[in-house]
Order: sequence, then structure tokens, then C-alpha cells
Amino acid sequence: MPIEVLLVEDSPGDVRLTQEAFRASGKAVRLHLVSDGIEAMAFLRREGSGADAPRPDLILLDLNLPKMDGREVLALIKKDQSLRIIPTIILTTSDAESDVVMSYQLGANCYLRKPAHWDAFDSLVRSINAFWLTRAKLPQQHVI
Amino acid sequence: MMTVLLVEDSPGDVRLTQEAFRDADPPIDLRVAVDGVDALSFLRQQGTHSDAPRPDFILLDLNLPKMDGREVLAHIKEDDDLKTIPTVILTTSEAEADILTSYRLQANCYLSKPVYLEDFESLVKSISDFWLTKVKLPRQRGDM
Repeated sequence: MPIEVLLVEDSPGDVRLTQEAFRASGKAVRLHLVSDGIEAMAFLRREGSGADAPRPDLILLDLNLPKMDGREVLALIKKDQSLRIIPTIILTTSDAESDVVMSYQLGANCYLRKPAHWDAFDSLVRSINAFWLTRAKLPQQHVI
Repeated sequence: MMTVLLVEDSPGDVRLTQEAFRDADPPIDLRVAVDGVDALSFLRQQGTHSDAPRPDFILLDLNLPKMDGREVLAHIKEDDDLKTIPTVILTTSEAEADILTSYRLQANCYLSKPVYLEDFESLVKSISDFWLTKVKLPRQRGDM
């Protein structure tokens, strides 16, 4: 069974880099992409365009998003009894301490800052892969 | 210097964790609490722990004497100040019920302890490489 990862990201460049880094890892990962907060919630709640969406095993969430911002998406995920168990990783350019603290307060599982250079970005996505998809125990879908 | 609180009652596992963290970069000030009551008094700076530093990161076993790890986790994540400290479960249990309960209680990540020495060492190193190097940890208290 492939691991389903939902990437919530509005920057096409960062989407491309993440896709390449996941592809290069050789793991069976299905990366699903949504580009704003409203679309992310529709995917997670299987509403509208997300009606056939699989339940993700892991969520990568940017903070600055159009329509509904990542902080609000995070708050909605972590208030929902069913969705809250999905590990949600913040991946953002923001380095502000207030964003870091607020994200952990809202229940983010971890906070990562997007590096500015391609090499470092690639290595970060690989380490997400290595840690979260290999080391960490993720909750299984079938029991939910 | 990073302060890590290890909540673990098995002296062998404490020793292995200490050894695996010994050469970590950044250097780690590893503090140990041997049961759940001890862990909470450390975090709340009570009793003999009145001078305890606030940990940057917590590694928490589930099966502990006096107060079990699930209860410790619930207390941490219900506390507005303590909840921002990333708390990673490190346990021998691979039971799906424990994985689900832990994520539901807002554990930041769930890891199961490998049986073999080299695997245990490599897991602890990956915790230090990912959580203490790549991840942005909050530097402020959660309730400020």
C-alpha cells in the first residue's frame, strides 16, 4: 500500500521540488496536491472536488496560503476528532518565533522551515521522508 | 545546548540513549525522570526539581511506574505552557491502540523501540538528526 501524503502548498516551485525529492526517495508515496486552505479542507472532509480523496497518512502544510491560511487549516484539523490523529508537519518560509509557538500550540506535529537553496530543500524533504515515512509509526487507516 | 527530558524507567534504555546522544551536535543536556510523577514534577519545577530547566524536547515511554506515560502525555498537552514542547513517544509497544491514543492525545510523534542494540542506537541518532537539528523547536513558553 502506498503512503498517501497531502501537500498543501501554493508555490509551484516548491511543489515541484517536493515532488522530485519524494520521487528520488524510491518509496511508494502518493503525493496529493492542493494549493489553498479551502481545497485542503475539502480534500480532508471528502467534500466537493475532494469527494474521492483518500485519507492521507501524513500532511505537509504551508502557513501562508490563499483563501484560508495554514494556521486556520491546522486549527480545523486538530479540532476534528477524526482528522487530528493525522501527523501534520508545517513546512514554511516563516522563521518567526510567534509562528513556531502558535503552530505547536495548535497541535502541529512538527515545524520545519523551508531552506532557500535547492540542495538544502531536497535534503530536508528527504529527511522528512526518512524520519516520518520510515522511522515513525503512523496511525493505520483501517482502524479509523 | 539543548535540554532533553527522557522519561524512562529501564536503566538499560537510559544508558543506551545517553550513549547515542553523547556526541550529538548541538550538544544535549539529557535529564532523566524515571516515572510519570517524577516527570511532571520536573516539568512543573516542583519539589526536588525546583531548579529544573525547561526541556526543549521530551522523549516519553508509555509504560511507567506510578503514573503511566499516557497520563503524563495528557497532562503535558492540556497545559497551555507545556503543550508546545514537542513530545515524542518512545516505547516497546507496537499496539495500534497505543499509536492511536498517543496521536489523539497530541503526541508529536510515535516511535517503537527496536529490539537490537544497533537499531536502537541508530533510532536515537535519527531523533537527534531530525528533531534536534532540522526541526524548529519553540524557544518561548507556550503561555506567553
